[in-house]
Amino acid sequence: MQFSRRRKNHVANPQMELYGHALQFYGKPPLENISLTEFETFAVDRLKLLKIVESLGVSHVKLSEPYKHKLEYESKVLNLSHRLSTVRADEYEKRRKDHISHFILRLAYCQTEDLRRWFIQQEVDLFRYRFNDLYPEEKLEFLHINNLQYDRISAEEKENLKSELVNSSAVISGVVVEDQDFYKVPFQDALDLVRTRKVYLKAGYVYIPHQDIVAIVLNDFRTRLSKALALTARSLPAVHSDERLQPLLNHLSHAYVGQDYSNQKNVGKISLEHIDSLSGKSFPLCMRQLHQALRENHHLRHGGRMQYGLFLKGIGLSLEQALQFWRSEFIRGKVDADKFDKAYAYGIRHMFGKEGKRADYTPYSCMKVILSNPPSQGDHHGCPFRHSDPELLKQKLQFYKVSPSGVSQIMELVKGMHYQLACQKYFELTHNIDDTSFSLNHPNQYFVESQKVLSGGKDIKREKDPQSSQETAAARRSTPAQTTEPGTSQELTETTADLTPFFNDA
Amino acid sequence: MSSSDYDPACLPDLLPLYYRRLFPFFQYYRWLNYGGVQKNYFQNREFSFTLKDDIYVRYQSFSTQNELEKEMQKMNPYKIDIGAIYSHRPNQHNTVKSGTFQALEKELVFDIDMTDYDDVRSCCSAADICSKCWTLMTIAIRVLDRALRDDFGFQHLLWVYSGRRGVHCWVCDEAARKLSVAARSAVAEYLSLVKGGEETVKKVVLTEPIHPFISASLSEVERYFKQYALKGQDILGRKESVNKVLALVPEDVRNELQIDFKNEKNPEKRWDLISGYAETKQHTAKKNQHFEKEIMLQYCYPRLDINVSKGVNHLLKSPFSVHPKTGRISVPMDVKELDTFDPFAVPTISLICEELDQPRTGEVGEKSEDIKENEKDAAEKRRMRDYKRTSLAKYVKYFDQFLDQMASSWKGELLRKSGML
Ligand code: SF4
Ligand SMILES: [Zn+2]
Repeated sequence: MQFSRRRKNHVANPQMELYGHALQFYGKPPLENISLTEFETFAVDRLKLLKIVESLGVSHVKLSEPYKHKLEYESKVLNLSHRLSTVRADEYEKRRKDHISHFILRLAYCQTEDLRRWFIQQEVDLFRYRFNDLYPEEKLEFLHINNLQYDRISAEEKENLKSELVNSSAVISGVVVEDQDFYKVPFQDALDLVRTRKVYLKAGYVYIPHQDIVAIVLNDFRTRLSKALALTARSLPAVHSDERLQPLLNHLSHAYVGQDYSNQKNVGKISLEHIDSLSGKSFPLCMRQLHQALRENHHLRHGGRMQYGLFLKGIGLSLEQALQFWRSEFIRGKVDADKFDKAYAYGIRHMFGKEGKRADYTPYSCMKVILSNPPSQGDHHGCPFRHSDPELLKQKLQFYKVSPSGVSQIMELVKGMHYQLACQKYFELTHNIDDTSFSLNHPNQYFVESQKVLSGGKDIKREKDPQSSQETAAARRSTPAQTTEPGTSQELTETTADLTPFFNDA
Repeated sequence: MSSSDYDPACLPDLLPLYYRRLFPFFQYYRWLNYGGVQKNYFQNREFSFTLKDDIYVRYQSFSTQNELEKEMQKMNPYKIDIGAIYSHRPNQHNTVKSGTFQALEKELVFDIDMTDYDDVRSCCSAADICSKCWTLMTIAIRVLDRALRDDFGFQHLLWVYSGRRGVHCWVCDEAARKLSVAARSAVAEYLSLVKGGEETVKKVVLTEPIHPFISASLSEVERYFKQYALKGQDILGRKESVNKVLALVPEDVRNELQIDFKNEKNPEKRWDLISGYAETKQHTAKKNQHFEKEIMLQYCYPRLDINVSKGVNHLLKSPFSVHPKTGRISVPMDVKELDTFDPFAVPTISLICEELDQPRTGEVGEKSEDIKENEKDAAEKRRMRDYKRTSLAKYVKYFDQFLDQMASSWKGELLRKSGML
């Protein structure tokens, strides 16, 4: 704890050094003590912003006008905008908040691989948006301040590669090639451009036009952040032993998925014979599709087993039921009981946390289904609204007796990439209600809501219903702002936290 | 010579012989030791064995070639998988603090499996292959080999026949071994063109401009397309398969083609019609103009299992492992002779064990050794001579060449380390 104070004396004006630019690489941890109240509000606000970044990324094309517009608006509301404030002092406060809040979330999100991935993804998207929004001279200034220099190719080399360069990008014409500088960097430094084939790649080097330089900067940002998180994770024992911070950080890190549906409240309430009929009535399309594929092929590949298996666990199948369910289906196909026990039973016990790391696997949220591990040949998992050909999806909806106007409404939403809204529309149409009172973000939520409607529509919107009050309790839990009871926050104002020790080796 | 000679029931009898007298331990160790450039590189490598009755043991590791030999000869694995190089010895992974045992490096690997092509081949399905659909593997190797070399700049690519229905690629360059998970997945995605699962009809969608990588891949595919798809698979012959192709063209073109096809039954002429429409479209429409290219790619472009390539800790079947079902040895493939590679001519374990029993026919090429050799060297030499008498010889020889090339790359590295450069 002394560490920070010592450092502070050496820096003449830490404010200037830390916050010289509206954008940061977050290279240095905060050097000051902050009150726990501030600690909490900062963290919660940034978390809100990151969750907005996430959901905008799903519902909009990243960096499209509406995306930028909404993100700017929300950033302003949370006082985390990178755009210059009119008042100089406010600007400092804002940059400080941006800085400190980022570091607090690092603490909360360094704990597991999943959390790290989520955090990095949102931070990178936020950074991308902000960097793109800068004026050209601000961009250069940022590169300069952070010492980012890249190799430029000669005019001659550029001329030789002209047609390749033009064909490698949708936005580069022959004229642009002549006008712009191109940088040659190892492909490892521009993975996003490589992945999407937006750049010319030769002998291990990518050729990046100046206008795409953000890609390298982003990659740099991502690499640094992921290294830093790994380092922070090592200092976790210190965080864990801090009994003021620990519960707070845990709340923060649990907040990112909303309710996780992993705790098994309803174990044993479902009997295996009912699954077929439930799949038609109360399963979202993604699960219905998996169920059908399983019944037809007596097999599902890994991605499908995970997505469907965890969903079934979430709706209340016990481990024994799950084993019986999968075994009875698989042995009707090419797998005999012996092989099943050897090759597949482990995986199912694993899902229930009975094998391996004994981690309790959480059912996948829509976000996870939609964004990660897209289906490939032989797979049936994924989200039909996202991963099916529109033509097939349409046929399927018609087959499931969705009215023509309903089908076209759903297809409109799909076209706009609003997959979850499309799914919700499907819910409304198939449950005969006009307006759902929830916003869909989890296949298990779909199931719960459907059961609610089907078991007596009268209770749908009422808080009194035990199930929906459970829901709201969960929702409350997922909003970290409301997690700490009033009494504790009072106390919190008295104490302060010094973050520096946790980042010493960063 | 045929694999029908192989009977899986004999495997327990053959494996001991194979590991004792034929398995090329010397080359194998030379490969995975990578010249000893990095400390503990071999020692921290994970191996996993599948033993009799599907017993699967992970996290095996060995400190020397000798220990590896001894253990393999003792356990006689039905299948050998190679995993990552870890931060600690894998066989001690339980003794290190959890979280610190981490996979650090591994070759960049690719796994191409014929079962992933079931929607575009009519000759066989699932685990079966024939010489017709094997062309798909040839195309896959051509396309990926070119891209990995020209685009990514890798040089040391080891292609291996899996022993049954697919091929693996081990990219052994130092830079490749050090790639992060994110980089591996970016490479794999760059190389993936066929996307979507059972619910997707059109799996390849091209947009303007056509990236140089796609153009280059297309020219590889074009070399085989007519022979393979039009003649071999007859995709424009039977009504059912014609409809599958037509589902991939824009609706207006589809309607016209349906009329044209009534009078034109010859598959190659039919293809010319498709290309013709694509040609005209190219000058008019903005969208969907590359459908003939998309068809070629959907039918022939390599289908990668991205998850295998992504993970650093993912295990992949080892070269020179035996395929328990077919008995064939997982042999390295010489890309220079790719077009004549015949999976059915790859020796089975029964064949090479049999060849070992045949009387020696005037062994040549072995100079008498006048240097004193210790016992281990003697055993080594004996095994060298042994495999040379079998059909395995040419594959080991190719493996040697591959290793020689690699060795030249780490010689410089070793000199630099020793301060001599
Ligand atoms: S939106 Fe969510 S619940 Fe609906 S189908 Fe997609 S993944 Fe499933
Ligand atoms: Zn075939």
